[in-house]
Amino acid sequence: MNVPVQQPATSVMSMYRAIVGIGAFCALVIVIVFQATADRIRDNQERFLAAAVSEVLPVAESTVAVAVGDSGNLGETTETDELPVFLGYDASSSLVGAVVTAQGMGYQDNIRVLYAYSFELDAIVGLKVLESKETPGLGDKVEIEPHFIANFEALDARLNEDGTGLQNPIVTVKQGEKTQPWQVDGITGATITSEAIGKILNDSAAVWVPILERDSLALVPRDPAEEQ
Amino acid sequence: MALREVSSTEEFVKGLWRDNPVFVQVLGMCPALAVSNTAINALTMGLATTFVMLMAGLSVSVLRNWIPREARIVSYICIIATFVTSVDYIIMAISLELHRSLGAFIALIVVNCLILGRAEAFASKRGPGRVTLDALGMGAGFTFALLFIGVVREILGSGSLFGVELFPDGFQTWTIMVLPSGGFFAMAIWLLLVNWIKDREAKALQRATEAGS
Amino acid sequence: MSDASHWSIFLNAALVNNFVLAYFLGICPFFGVSARLETAVRMGGAVSFVMLVASVCAFSINLLLEAVGAPYLRIISYILVIASTVQLVEMLMRKLSPPTFRAMGIYLPLITTNCAILGLALFQTNKGYGFTQAVVYSLGAGAGFALALVLMAGVREKLDLANVPKLVQGTAAALIIAGILSMSFMGFAGLGR
Repeated sequence: MNVPVQQPATSVMSMYRAIVGIGAFCALVIVIVFQATADRIRDNQERFLAAAVSEVLPVAESTVAVAVGDSGNLGETTETDELPVFLGYDASSSLVGAVVTAQGMGYQDNIRVLYAYSFELDAIVGLKVLESKETPGLGDKVEIEPHFIANFEALDARLNEDGTGLQNPIVTVKQGEKTQPWQVDGITGATITSEAIGKILNDSAAVWVPILERDSLALVPRDPAEEQ
Repeated sequence: MALREVSSTEEFVKGLWRDNPVFVQVLGMCPALAVSNTAINALTMGLATTFVMLMAGLSVSVLRNWIPREARIVSYICIIATFVTSVDYIIMAISLELHRSLGAFIALIVVNCLILGRAEAFASKRGPGRVTLDALGMGAGFTFALLFIGVVREILGSGSLFGVELFPDGFQTWTIMVLPSGGFFAMAIWLLLVNWIKDREAKALQRATEAGS
Repeated sequence: MSDASHWSIFLNAALVNNFVLAYFLGICPFFGVSARLETAVRMGGAVSFVMLVASVCAFSINLLLEAVGAPYLRIISYILVIASTVQLVEMLMRKLSPPTFRAMGIYLPLITTNCAILGLALFQTNKGYGFTQAVVYSLGAGAGFALALVLMAGVREKLDLANVPKLVQGTAAALIIAGILSMSFMGFAGLGR
């Protein structure tokens, strides 16, 4: 029935209609899925972070997210940060520690860690690797090697005299050569990754410990029941 | 190309072996190699791609009479990107861990030549029923191919399968298998195997026709 | 804003985490175009250019999307921008250098589905690079892609003259070569820190 002529080019109007129609369809699908999953995703993220925080600072019963405000002082925050920082309180609302997220370049790619700082001990008391893409079997030993993990039971991070930085910079040393509490005993065969962890902790603590020591006690937490 | 009548089962099965997307058509290799370092990653990627192929194929098929010829590719890309975004959020809602290990490769499903190719070659010309079978078949073939590669890489490279440790502590894992090189090698071996089997099939067919003539 | 130095970003993208040999991005054109050295060089150049433009566009779009609060439109907007950029490059090439355009043939439009370009846009967003960092990243990625492509083409051209079993010829051989190349690039790890 069709006369063998070239199919006429689609008119501009119908082209415009079609593109807008398809665009609307796509936008609708995306928005629906986004709304439907948003709550679930937020729950997942909170649960993951809460689990990680309680792993590094088990004594904390509740946490408050904090950030450095415009005034340069620590304050509570409700914004989700790329590198969140928390203050941990026990059941009687006394400050037990702080949890800081930090990241830096490892051997292969970025490493992201979570560490707990104890005000009482002036030391880092817990470390958890959140994200790392280090060499399987070598670089990822930092997460499981017992002598390396033992580094972070009380890694000295005390402040210097004027409170502007660490008294002794955290540094990674060769395996078995640790003599000072602020040194990180490295892993032979995973030198670069263990050094990276040391550097990440040092850089982060040098910035955060002064701020935390200065401002945390002044922050009065809200009723712990509200935090949960 | 004459569209001979293809049975429904054949429509589904062709994606599994004869026209397997990874080993025969050699499409969609980027994700096949990148996320197949563990079996669970390979499985998730395969299922996610199948989902996108199915939904995008259905959409293209249903809308095929309204998509202007000149703007086909852009429209297909838009539709595919929509469902990729959806599956991205769905996976995030199911498990953050899984989402993190797959990383940006979920988003990269949108440039999987397989989906665009099927949309252009098939979904734009056939009804929803056929397209569903084709998408499921190709998706299944793709998932199996990914799984083969993933299982080999995980067993040899990590000594486990789906996270379950298989070997006693003394087993020295072939770490190279979970690294990029291992992906290339694993795929090469499977490809060689598939080629060899197909070669034998073709030779047997040739001998049969020669004997018959 | 990542605090990595520009030099280390460049080296990382080009060598340590080479887009093709470490991230498996851009495999389709990698195997398709690497049979001849000349096409490999041209493709490498075209992809590098598209990567640079795509990186800048992705950075701007991301700023816009974050301001508007619509992160879910990222994938769609990135891929549409990439498709348009490739169209633009195609038109420019046709005008400015017709012989190159003809030599590229089918490969030019295929750049759109080159996962490397979308991958670049997504990675740089995930890493939170600033503007100059993103540009350096795309330059490194393009250089790395071109390098891998040229190396591959060189080896494959030589292999054409060798006695390769029929079953191994073609894609299987290319995969094995790629695996070996990937292993050699692993030697770059830790460079530029």
